[in-house]
Amino acid sequence: MFEIVTKKCLGPKVFLMEIKAPMIAKKAMPGQFLIVRADKDGERIPLTVCDFDRDTGIITIVYQTVGAETERMSRMNEGECFADVVGPLGNPSDLVDLPIEELKAKKILFIAGGVGTAPVYNQLKWLHDNGVEVDCIQGARTKDLLIFEDEMKAVTKNLYFATDDGSYGIHGNVCVALQKLWDEGVRYDHCVVIGPVIMMKFACQLTKQLGIPTVVSMNTIMVDGTGMCGACRLLVGGEVKFACVDGPEFDGHAVDFDQALQRSRLYKTQEGELMLRLTEGDTHSGGCGMCS
Amino acid sequence: MDFDVMKKVPVSEQDPQIRATNFDEVCLGYTKEEAVLEASRCLNCKNARCMQGCPVSINIPGFIAKLKDGDVEGAYNVISLSSSLPAVCGRVCPQETQCEAQCIRGIKGEAVSIGRLERFVADSAKEMGIKPQLPADMVKKDKKVAVIGAGPSGLTCAGDLAKMGYDVTIFEALHKAGGVLVYGIPEFRLPKEKVVAKEVENIKELGVKIVTDAVIGRSLTIDDLFESEGFSAVFIGSGAGLPRFMNIPGEQALGVFSANEYLTRSNLMGAFSPDSRTPIMRAKKAVIVGGGNVAMDAARTAKRLGAEVHVVYRRSEAELPARAEEVHHAKEEGIIFDLLTNPVEIVSDENGWVKGCTCIRMELGEPDASGRRSPVPVEGSEFTIDCDAVIMSLGTSPNPLIKKTTAGLEVNRKGGIVVNESEMTSRAGVFAGGDAVTGAATVILAMGAGKAAAKGIDEYLSAQ
Ligand SMILES: Cc1cc2nc3c(=O)[nH]c(=O)nc-3n(C[C@H](O)[C@H](O)[C@H](O)COP(=O)(O)OP(=O)(O)OC[C@H]3O[C@@H](n4cnc5c(N)ncnc54)[C@H](O)[C@@H]3O)c2cc1C
Ligand SMILES: Cc1cc2nc3c(=O)[nH]c(=O)nc-3n(C[C@H](O)[C@H](O)[C@H](O)COP(=O)(O)OP(=O)(O)OC[C@H]3O[C@@H](n4cnc5c(N)ncnc54)[C@H](O)[C@@H]3O)c2cc1C
Ligand code: SF4
Ligand code: FES
Repeated sequence: MFEIVTKKCLGPKVFLMEIKAPMIAKKAMPGQFLIVRADKDGERIPLTVCDFDRDTGIITIVYQTVGAETERMSRMNEGECFADVVGPLGNPSDLVDLPIEELKAKKILFIAGGVGTAPVYNQLKWLHDNGVEVDCIQGARTKDLLIFEDEMKAVTKNLYFATDDGSYGIHGNVCVALQKLWDEGVRYDHCVVIGPVIMMKFACQLTKQLGIPTVVSMNTIMVDGTGMCGACRLLVGGEVKFACVDGPEFDGHAVDFDQALQRSRLYKTQEGELMLRLTEGDTHSGGCGMCS
Repeated sequence: MDFDVMKKVPVSEQDPQIRATNFDEVCLGYTKEEAVLEASRCLNCKNARCMQGCPVSINIPGFIAKLKDGDVEGAYNVISLSSSLPAVCGRVCPQETQCEAQCIRGIKGEAVSIGRLERFVADSAKEMGIKPQLPADMVKKDKKVAVIGAGPSGLTCAGDLAKMGYDVTIFEALHKAGGVLVYGIPEFRLPKEKVVAKEVENIKELGVKIVTDAVIGRSLTIDDLFESEGFSAVFIGSGAGLPRFMNIPGEQALGVFSANEYLTRSNLMGAFSPDSRTPIMRAKKAVIVGGGNVAMDAARTAKRLGAEVHVVYRRSEAELPARAEEVHHAKEEGIIFDLLTNPVEIVSDENGWVKGCTCIRMELGEPDASGRRSPVPVEGSEFTIDCDAVIMSLGTSPNPLIKKTTAGLEVNRKGGIVVNESEMTSRAGVFAGGDAVTGAATVILAMGAGKAAAKGIDEYLSAQ
């Protein structure tokens, strides 16, 4: 069983868990993901590997409670076990395959939005451990939602913050921040953007204008994570790809984000009902006409 | 009981109207009296043609003879010599094209109902607590074998190797063992707890270890299995799980699913039941594209989840690749067949949801090289079926993951792993069988390949 050894609340609705999963910890690479299932009736939920320790056999996940399943996970405690954790799935980040010298010669920028910070952290840490120094823009709606600040500082050369409400760092979203740096003469020749689809969409529009090759990590709906169901399919350069086996990283300038956004709404109503059932329990007796 | 010896003893089934609203098993199986009566129809032929029709050559007249005498345990032991999944095969094998197609009784009347008898024997043996046993004279061998995939081929190969004394571990990517038997074939045809889970338990009781949540090629590679995990041989039974889409406009719309996704949600994740937290679309009107067993399963599942269901298939009824029984059951349940029809586009509304499936009429042209008459579109015959879901059941091919992560593993043009007569691949000590080799086929062929591979592995390891 996959025991939760540490649980931390990183901010409103954001949780970190360290889980015992030695087989996965041995193999995981930055950019890969897991599928977890809380209990025997649970849904299979994809989450990025945010950290791994090959010696202790421990992996780290960071998630935001957006629906019923993540909400339920957030109610689990240290010492309890996940029914299933499978991985590492998907391809490791392209960066880890490049020769270190080549990486060092590149000017790389990471853009992290919301809980996308956690997967970015794993890549930054790997680069840092290999002597590659890179910059990062970390964005959030407001200061309280910024996670991992100290950890991120430790593994980046320049870490910039961007908050929508201006409560911390640059006032504005990550695109405003990148444009500002660019206008100040800062240049990059490779960019990795991980966060909400809508953020990746706009960040990619900007990096395309600026001519920076950009990689994104797509968090589509998934079931098996092994290429068996096609739930995770998306259009990249007009071709159908499966995020779980062809990705999760793709060329951000080729991804059809509008369609990806649309597909992420597939089970919205049903998931909403589940969430209501979970949060309101027996007090939600139905009959209001709002849910079928 | 008074009966017509030329015909099969009828079997009870759930009423079509009622069963179309539940997921309980459709066919209720023979009672002992019915089974013994049906067994009495067998002529116990000297040159039993049925056995030639059986891909694993079960001694059919042999087990039927035992059953005639009311000896269920004896009958079970006869079947067990050749098959390790009789409760499954009795339910899902295409007997009408295999054993029963050859049965002498079938010339003048109806063939002996071999499948139902096999099922009866296997189910009764289970109720009586009869299980496969390790041979009394088995000598434990000091060698470990890894089996990839817990589908019919993997389970069979593992069970046979355990009986030969090997230390066997199955690595399964999903959280449950069974392969297509748990994720693909629905509960109403093959009960998961009553049948599949029991078969898996039996294999475990032979000493086989099953590690779920282990994706070979990711969690561990085949090289790891040899180098760091101490295995001396590997069997690949990873199936053919990669779904095909049509590549027609609109296929990305909300409400278009592969049959694999739809069936996995319902079967593996139990989404048909209110206890499961995995969502599934409950369509109002669903179009199922394809005509095989997978299409029938998707259609009948959609029906049970409340949809009006249309099966759209480009050839005619005679060419439907699904088992006759499945087509018959589907029709009884009210599924509509739009034959000689092929989708050309999926139409969606302004929010991206499917609202229709535009199809074109087809007619059968000249027979092609394979002898099948190939369908050709009738120009200008396009029409649209209003619907809110389209489920693509166009067949599947082997998943490329293992090939991609295993140097020197040869595959053919269709992605099937290439094996020799003892099921060994181009890599020494690595064997393969089932759908991973043949592409999507049948349970019994996968089981047969698992058996052959166990033999091949034993010979290979014994020679070392
Ligand atoms: C490869 C991959 C890696 C991921 N890594 C992480 C991670 O490290 N941390 C993390 O918190 N999440 C991650 N996700 C997203 C995570 O899987 C979903 O948030 C989770 O499945 C939601 O489950 P739920 O039942 O709680 O919510 P649901 O009830 O399924 O969804 C609730 C609401 O959230 C929306 N939603 C669903 N999925 C997403 C999504 N991917 N992004 C934004 N909104 C969504 C739904 O439309 C719905 O309205 C990843 C996804 C993928 C595919
Ligand atoms: C919906 C449906 C209905 C069918 N109906 C019938 C029928 O009525 N009669 C009939 O005879 N046949 C039927 N078939 C076909 C039959 O089920 C298959 O031919 C048979 O299951 C093949 O067995 P297998 O052991 O080769 O593979 P599978 O049953 O596909 O099992 C392969 C297993 O390997 C696992 N796996 C894959 N890759 C990896 C990996 N990298 N690492 C670890 N594990 C892995 C998979 O998760 C799976 O559990 C049907 C198939 C489907 C999809
Ligand atoms: S061919 Fe038919 S009648 Fe003859 S042994 Fe087989 S099942 Fe019995
Ligand atoms: S999640 Fe099923 S194919 Fe990608």
